[in-house]
Amino acid sequence: MTACRTTLGLLTVLGCAVLLTGSSCDGTQAITVGSKLFTESVILGEIATQLAVNAGADATHRRETGGSTVLWEALKTGQIDAYPEYTGTLRQEILSQLGLESDEELAAALARYGVAMSRPLGFSNTYVLGMRKARAAELGITRISDLTQHPALRFGFSNEFLERGDGWQQLRAHYGLPQEDVRGLDHNLAYQGLGSGALDLIDVYSTDPEIQYYDLAILEDDRSFFPDYDAIWLYRQALVETHPEAVAAWGRITGRISAETMQALNGRAKPPGDQPRVPESQVAADFLRDELQIESRVTTASTSQQILARTGEHLYLVFWSMLPAILTAIPLGVVAAKYRTTGQGILGVVGILQTIPSLALLVLLIKPLYDAGAALEGVLGSSFGLTRLGEPQAIVALFLYSLLPIVRNTAAGISGIAHSVRESAEALGLTRAARLLRVELPLASGVMLAGIKTAAVINVGFATLGALIGAGGYGQPILTGIRLADYSLVLQGAVPAAVLAVVVQGVFELLERVVVPRGLRLRRS
Amino acid sequence: MLSLENVAKQYGSLQAVHPLSLTIERGRTTVLIGPSGCGKSTLIRLMNGLIRPDHGRVTCDGTLVAPENLLALRRRIGYVIQEGGLFPHLTARSNVTLLARHVGWQGPKITSRVAELAELVHLDSDRLDQYPVQLSGGQRQRVSLMRALMLDPDVLLLDEPLGALDPMIRSYLQSDLRNIFQSLHKTVVLVTHDLNEAAFLGDHIVLLRSGEVVQQGSIDDLCDRPVDPFVREFINAQRSTLSNEVRE
Ligand SMILES: Nc1ncnc2c1ncn2[C@@H]1O[C@H](COP(=O)(O)OP(=O)(O)OP(=O)(O)O)[C@@H](O)[C@H]1O
Ligand SMILES: [Mg+2]
Repeated sequence: MTACRTTLGLLTVLGCAVLLTGSSCDGTQAITVGSKLFTESVILGEIATQLAVNAGADATHRRETGGSTVLWEALKTGQIDAYPEYTGTLRQEILSQLGLESDEELAAALARYGVAMSRPLGFSNTYVLGMRKARAAELGITRISDLTQHPALRFGFSNEFLERGDGWQQLRAHYGLPQEDVRGLDHNLAYQGLGSGALDLIDVYSTDPEIQYYDLAILEDDRSFFPDYDAIWLYRQALVETHPEAVAAWGRITGRISAETMQALNGRAKPPGDQPRVPESQVAADFLRDELQIESRVTTASTSQQILARTGEHLYLVFWSMLPAILTAIPLGVVAAKYRTTGQGILGVVGILQTIPSLALLVLLIKPLYDAGAALEGVLGSSFGLTRLGEPQAIVALFLYSLLPIVRNTAAGISGIAHSVRESAEALGLTRAARLLRVELPLASGVMLAGIKTAAVINVGFATLGALIGAGGYGQPILTGIRLADYSLVLQGAVPAAVLAVVVQGVFELLERVVVPRGLRLRRS
Repeated sequence: MLSLENVAKQYGSLQAVHPLSLTIERGRTTVLIGPSGCGKSTLIRLMNGLIRPDHGRVTCDGTLVAPENLLALRRRIGYVIQEGGLFPHLTARSNVTLLARHVGWQGPKITSRVAELAELVHLDSDRLDQYPVQLSGGQRQRVSLMRALMLDPDVLLLDEPLGALDPMIRSYLQSDLRNIFQSLHKTVVLVTHDLNEAAFLGDHIVLLRSGEVVQQGSIDDLCDRPVDPFVREFINAQRSTLSNEVRE
């Protein structure tokens, strides 16, 4: 009895703590700007946000919200209001089945989703071929078609460019390139190879800061092989009505960011050499000040503040996925133990859930959760936060992944009870419910708790994936760290996550003393 | 008190109990005896509805042993098995009082009943707050008996209650059991392998073989008037240990 009460007390305290640190509510009038998981997109997201704020709108930036699919889904449902995109990505990936040719066709297709696109920002982010300026001048090469005259040139390409359907093979066929010495290698090695003269030509993105750093000449795509990847703003059509000032502000910068400018901005946020890194928000603010004489205040949280905030977000994800998982999995485990065929079905389904790749699951959940939230809003007047992007998807995914160990251990714990004990409980004349609550569950508690512990520890690790969809947590610094190749930042996420896993383990070991009946912990001496 | 009419039970292709009828008289101790696997435990489990017969009917005091009556019936039928079947997560006292608390008995009533039973089964009261793993085999069986007797049932079903005990303890408990049976006047069904124990504790002995009743009656009936060679063989195998006290 006291054990039960203590446990409940602990859970309540934990629950309150987590609730308090949980994320804030979303005001309906605010604009949410999203960005992808790479530096350029984050800078552009900052620019869009600061422009909107400067124009008087209430705008926030959910940085590194996810990949293209996540952002597109979120924009369609209105979970975010705007994000920087590339026409090529829309044409070749997101809306590829529509076979869109011109920008007009693209804009018309977007309108059908309630989405508008701005005029191009100025630069195109696409594959280009680069050579050292001196070498290119020496050979008189300025265009890709010039390469046909120099069959002995040595090419070094990123593996991605070598392998993609629209990569090297197509390029070679398109221009009839004769070169035989073509190797796949890591990007950093490619730059070094170029520097040392071991390579003559490599592939780069047109906005890579390395182009300036290594002083590369970019060859003109004179037979238009590479599709346009013009940067644009994508935003919800509705903003034209609700936030015309923001849309107008975004229009002020279109056509003003050249590839060279973008290279420079990228280079400040993620320097190719040893220069200090400048936060994306500062890069954006400096750019807007120089370009449009706009002043925006940039505040950066201290490391400890950031870790604290991440801890809050992480615990929020873990707690709100674990609690429902426990409450769902235990009854499922009981059913699985009592009814053999149903049980096999339950374990099968819960096992299959485990095999769904996490990124796919996160993306698949965006629409249904949004719809569920909208439906709840209609019926009950509140969406319970389900229409948000990030936390709901991460929590549901974590919830689904946490079921298996708990269901399995609950079923095993109950099935493992000695026949004589089970029979005695039945013969005593206890009701089914009393048998379950007073005999079977307490006897299975040790095994069940072990299952919950496993689930919780895995959950803490898995919750880092929440950052893939903008749910924050320790995954955020890990993602940013990987993006910026900054290992101290990766550690800022990885170390607390590992510590939290150990703490969770410890908490459960303590809980075991409270929950598992003393009679089961005694060993015959 | 208990009556089995044409009751049969089959496990797969194995006929554990052949159609048989058996009456357990009120206030007497009936012993089921027979070789291992002959269906003794199966019969006991049919009596408190732990298993359902394929054919026939089991009644207790006129009430059909069927799912809708089981809870009420089982509270009037105490059940003790070989290893005691005590709940390892509960203290001896909680084991004994679990059902009483479940049916809403009040504290003082429970306390006095536990004290009374502890005295009856000769269990030190300081043992009551120990967990099953902390008790000896004999103590566990005493607790198990207390649990079965807690609600003062009309019937007591004991399936080899002394089977796992060493001879000394076993003989103490045998005499304790006899005193308890005699003082309580309950209807008792006891399963044992041991003819000596059957003779010592039972008023009426039922000898089983392969799911069938071979002979029933007093120990003298079985010893002096065996109905077939199997009975004689079964008696002879254990005669050397049959105490003189009983034979006289
Ligand atoms: N649940 C079951 N499933 C299959 N067969 C069973 C089951 N329970 C009992 N049996 C079989 O039924 C027969 C009678 O079993 P029962 O337990 O009644 O024997 P017993 O007389 O109590 O034996 P013992 O003296 O060894 O306890 C045995 O052959 C046993 O193997
Ligand atoms: Mg048996």
